[in-house]
Amino acid sequence: MACDDRPLLSARGLTRYYGRILGCRDVNFDIWPGEVLGIVGESGSGKTTVLKCISARLEPSAGTVTYDTRTEGPVDIHRISEPARRLLMRTDWGFVHQDPRDGLRMAVSAGANIGERLMAVGARHYGQIRETATNWLGKVEMDTGRMDDLPCTFSGGMQQRLQIARNLVTAPRIVFMDEPTGGLDVSVQARLLDLLRGLVSDLGLAAVVVTHDLAVTRLLSHRLLVMRHGTVVETGLTDQVLDDPQHPYTQLLVSSVLHP
Amino acid sequence: MTRVSTAARDGGYTFAYLDEQTKRMVRRAILKAVAIPGYQVPFASREMPLPFGWGTGGIQVTASIIGRDDTLKVIDQGADDTVNAVSIRAFFARTAGVPTTTRTQDATIIQTRHRIPETPLRAGQILVYQVPIPEPLRWLEPREAETRRMHALQEYGVMHVRLYEDIARYGHIATSYDYPVRVNGRYLMRPSPIPKFDNPKMDRSPALQLFGAGREKRIYAVPPHTGVRSLDFDDHPFEVQKWDQACALCGSTASFLDEIVTDNQGGRMFVCSDTDHCETRVRAGHVESAAGGRDPGGP
Ligand SMILES: Nc1ncnc2c1ncn2[C@@H]1O[C@H](COP(=O)(O)OP(=O)(O)O)[C@@H](O)[C@H]1O
Ligand SMILES: [Mg+2]
Ligand SMILES: [Zn+2]
Repeated sequence: MACDDRPLLSARGLTRYYGRILGCRDVNFDIWPGEVLGIVGESGSGKTTVLKCISARLEPSAGTVTYDTRTEGPVDIHRISEPARRLLMRTDWGFVHQDPRDGLRMAVSAGANIGERLMAVGARHYGQIRETATNWLGKVEMDTGRMDDLPCTFSGGMQQRLQIARNLVTAPRIVFMDEPTGGLDVSVQARLLDLLRGLVSDLGLAAVVVTHDLAVTRLLSHRLLVMRHGTVVETGLTDQVLDDPQHPYTQLLVSSVLHP
Repeated sequence: MTRVSTAARDGGYTFAYLDEQTKRMVRRAILKAVAIPGYQVPFASREMPLPFGWGTGGIQVTASIIGRDDTLKVIDQGADDTVNAVSIRAFFARTAGVPTTTRTQDATIIQTRHRIPETPLRAGQILVYQVPIPEPLRWLEPREAETRRMHALQEYGVMHVRLYEDIARYGHIATSYDYPVRVNGRYLMRPSPIPKFDNPKMDRSPALQLFGAGREKRIYAVPPHTGVRSLDFDDHPFEVQKWDQACALCGSTASFLDEIVTDNQGGRMFVCSDTDHCETRVRAGHVESAAGGRDPGGP
């Protein structure tokens, strides 16, 4: 059984090569229930590779990813059966992609996008699915009158909100986000971050947020991993790492933000 | 094996056009399809002397199962006399020398495009459907490997997304042809573009139902007495089309009606799409009265 006094997810010795190209090497960390972990580092440092490996969308070349399931307790997510893994992915986990087109069904309405996961796990009452979808549109602060509109009619910020609602509808325990505010205007970014922060704390969600933007991680994450050339060079509480960076690379990263 | 068909030869064709080796290959696919109801079995679809879209999948299935004792009926949109139906019937009359019929109850094999006959089928009959697109999940997933995985894992929730979208847009499930079904509680299946009116006829039919897609190289089947359930929502149950009038020719109120234009003044009337069914009823004396009296359909 899942439990609050052990990590929700653990990566050990996580390594991934793309042929001879290094994606990430020997990455180790734990995520606790309700904790938000930020992964920062410049482009190409291996952030997305780590995120994909821990969310079962990419198989590691070596190492393990253990997830504390609700019913079976800790399992190695790359060893369990495919049906079990896919069930986890669409119920207990959420994915928010940088490009909403990777995370939304662009050909169906906002309501259908939110209702999809419910239908995938067997919901067969149209009225109830619709009501739940309406509630979620409200929770991500979208106009519920736009339930039946296609995603392409929404702005980038609204599409991200829709992606978030679509994921949270099955009450996942962990959400994986890859540059969730990338490509958005600064003011839109700020409001989305506020919303995310509120949802994560209200729902007690654990989250892993990959970003190259230290401001995003300062706002959202409790703890931080700093990556460079595929390895973790520094880790610690977000404020500690950002205010008193120990590794020379982190110092460079922080100073380039403070003095652009 | 190089055994020459002992069947009638005409113009150099082997019996029913296909060579014996091809027929055996198609039959193996059919047997597998029957063993796994609703599962799409790949087969090496052959070039046929008719263009795709003319039912080359159905023709290959028919050619592989037809024997000298069979009587063939071919329908297109319910009618036996369209170009497509006439050509296919002529094709088998010439290459297999089998008798053909327009009467549903006299046929042992019925090849169809877009309809299931109104006359209930019986044990021993085989219905062969011409299928343009076999994959029900294709609308949302273009990758074949992924749709196969979705079938393997029964990840069919997305099919309801489509029905949800129908209701959100039109207030009801507007899909009226090629309406998705679940076969034997397992595989999701496209019944080919028959009207959903015909879906209930597939359920537990005593006849064998075979589906052939030539261009897409797939064969699937619903064995006799197999459950076929149309997808729906608890609060939007599956319903078939209804008409508020009877067939203008035979007075049936229980058959699928086509609207036909009768003159240049925009005159229209509704008649059975199943021409054999309608004519049989007219011959039996069911004629729509001038007063518009109704006569429940049925064979
Ligand atoms: N599909 C791939 N094929 C080959 N190399 C890849 C692939 N994906 C990522 N890489 C390489 O792996 C390294 C880490 O990439 P990535 O995890 O995407 O970094 P980040 O998300 O931090 O930008 C980079 O050198 C990148 O070029
Ligand atoms: Mg990346
Ligand atoms: Zn009639």
